[in-house]
Amino acid sequence: MSKPYNNTKATLALAKASFRSIMRSPSAVVFTLAFPLIFILVFGFLGGGGVKVDLAIAPGSDLQNPIINAIEQINVIHIVKDKDADEIKAELEKGHIAAVINVKKNTSGTPAYLANVQYTSASIDKGSILKSVLANLMYTLNSKDIKPTVAQLNESTVQGRIYRTIDFILPGQLGFSLLSTGVFGTAFVFFSLRQTLVIKRFFATPVSRASIVFGEGIARIGFALCGAVFIILIGHFFFHFTLIHGVITVLNMLLLAIIGLVVFMGFGFIVSGIAKSESTIPPISNIITLPQFLLSGTFFSIDAFPSWLQPISRALPLTYLNDAMRKVAFEGAGLWDVKHQILIMAIWGIGVYIVAVKVFKWE
Amino acid sequence: MDKTNAIISVKELVKKYDDFTAVQGISFEVYENEIFGLLGPNGAGKTTTLEIIETLREKTSGEIIVDGYSVDKDASKIKRIIGVQLQAAGYYPNLNLIELMELFAGLYGVDIKPMEMLEKVNLQDKAKAKYKALSGGQKQRFSIATTLINSPKIIFLDEPTTGLDPQARRNLWDLIIDIRNNGTTVVITTHYMDEAEQLCDRVAFVERGEIIALDTPDNLIDNLINSGFERQKEVKKANLEDVFINLTGKEWREDN
Ligand SMILES: Nc1ncnc2c1ncn2[C@@H]1O[C@H](COP(=O)(O)OP(=O)(O)OP(=O)(O)O)[C@@H](O)[C@H]1O
Ligand SMILES: [Mg+2]
Repeated sequence: MSKPYNNTKATLALAKASFRSIMRSPSAVVFTLAFPLIFILVFGFLGGGGVKVDLAIAPGSDLQNPIINAIEQINVIHIVKDKDADEIKAELEKGHIAAVINVKKNTSGTPAYLANVQYTSASIDKGSILKSVLANLMYTLNSKDIKPTVAQLNESTVQGRIYRTIDFILPGQLGFSLLSTGVFGTAFVFFSLRQTLVIKRFFATPVSRASIVFGEGIARIGFALCGAVFIILIGHFFFHFTLIHGVITVLNMLLLAIIGLVVFMGFGFIVSGIAKSESTIPPISNIITLPQFLLSGTFFSIDAFPSWLQPISRALPLTYLNDAMRKVAFEGAGLWDVKHQILIMAIWGIGVYIVAVKVFKWE
Repeated sequence: MDKTNAIISVKELVKKYDDFTAVQGISFEVYENEIFGLLGPNGAGKTTTLEIIETLREKTSGEIIVDGYSVDKDASKIKRIIGVQLQAAGYYPNLNLIELMELFAGLYGVDIKPMEMLEKVNLQDKAKAKYKALSGGQKQRFSIATTLINSPKIIFLDEPTTGLDPQARRNLWDLIIDIRNNGTTVVITTHYMDEAEQLCDRVAFVERGEIIALDTPDNLIDNLINSGFERQKEVKKANLEDVFINLTGKEWREDN
């Protein structure tokens, strides 16, 4: 043996080969970029003026308070004042108004204000948007209360900041894009490398199994991050997606993306191990991705879901990735502020990889 | 050429697939710098034997030493000094031949010029083509090129000429002889006896997992003649293969 075998070189060679291969594979590009972008375009244009949610202020409601002030800043919400109770009731029943809000000073201490929101079943879709916007608003307002030192800083930004649909939609789409690349991509690539005996030929070289896994992992993460940057930039420059601390925020989002991807790729390893044929990969992957697509707050805040669904939502890893992404992007949270979300993803990751090691097949 | 120095030694090799015994205790040696042929009918156990020596399959029992390394303990060292063409293998999808060569160079941890490797098997014109887009013969040649990347001491070729036209086959023989003349030991399996006769210094006949004969092609033929064997029909001075070669020319062709 002239010189020792170089595992890093092998890993990087594989990563490079895999990255090239992914870039030339239409399905990978469609999954990672096209789908999320389509949703972002649709919602981006809707959010940019199309959708207005009418929110009536109940007669007798307090008008000079932080809640109403903040709502007035949100351009998705159109405030309807000066209607009497009967008019409001009629409009609600027809669905012309999505909800009515009534803010009262709390005479018995904290919280300082109590807000009652009454939605209408005649306008469920707009009601959901309103719910998620309000939920987010409450979070920002309340966290100001909890940490008065931070509040000072937050206040100035909160009032100038406009919460657009894109601020909610983009992190969700990004999360889902990471989920599908992680699961589908990994499952397909390892299944087909095994089926087409590419891995067998690899095993005739001195490359280690770890190098194969890491090489593929690096390529997939690299590809997904390129996709993520692209999505974020499109969102930012065309639809005013909020990035509070600019580049820092983007970097934080990318770190979150890596954490999420590693977990999702674990699902992919499992799928590649249990799939009996190429055609069973999509259904099995869908069992993993679809519930998360629907229940993890990709389109609507999970607070808008019926209460019996919420525990399920709160068990899914994508929920926490989405949540962390939104906090980082819109609220300017650092990674330490979303440690709770990261912890839950890490727990998922450990569980998933324990299973993956058991079911993964090399030949 | 010193032919007594064994570079591969196989002793009492047994391979069981569940309750079916594919290889039943075979022993043989491959000498340094020879072309060694494994011959025998389908399912005889040739591929199984080769892949165990290549450290790709577990053996059930027996002992195998490759250039001083045991397959049990030093599999990764063996992998570094051998080149392997599998009877059935695939290559990374969506990559062209140059890129595949770069990948293998990385996997073996060596620096090579991909184009030079392709030139060795006359595939320089296909450098930008995908493996999938190659003809059968080109695929075989590419596979052989990948076995040469790490300048191996031994290469294993499992039916490298299956599916090739007569002249492509002959060109591949020339290539294999070249490789041997550069100091590499070659272990090859084939179903073509003319090929084994032309190429191999020694051949082993395997049947149902046992070696039933092992010698130089000349000795094996002489033994048969001495036992009183005669061909049924006197052969003509040329056969159809000679006609084919004569009609289509002997050089590498673009599309072979
Ligand atoms: N993975 C496997 N599982 C079970 N049986 C196997 C396996 N691989 C090979 N066999 C059996 O072992 C025997 C030897 O197979 P092998 O592939 O070694 O034959 P071979 O001599 O290379 O044949 P061929 O000339 O057709 O390539 C065959 O009967 C085959 O069915
Ligand atoms: Mg075989």
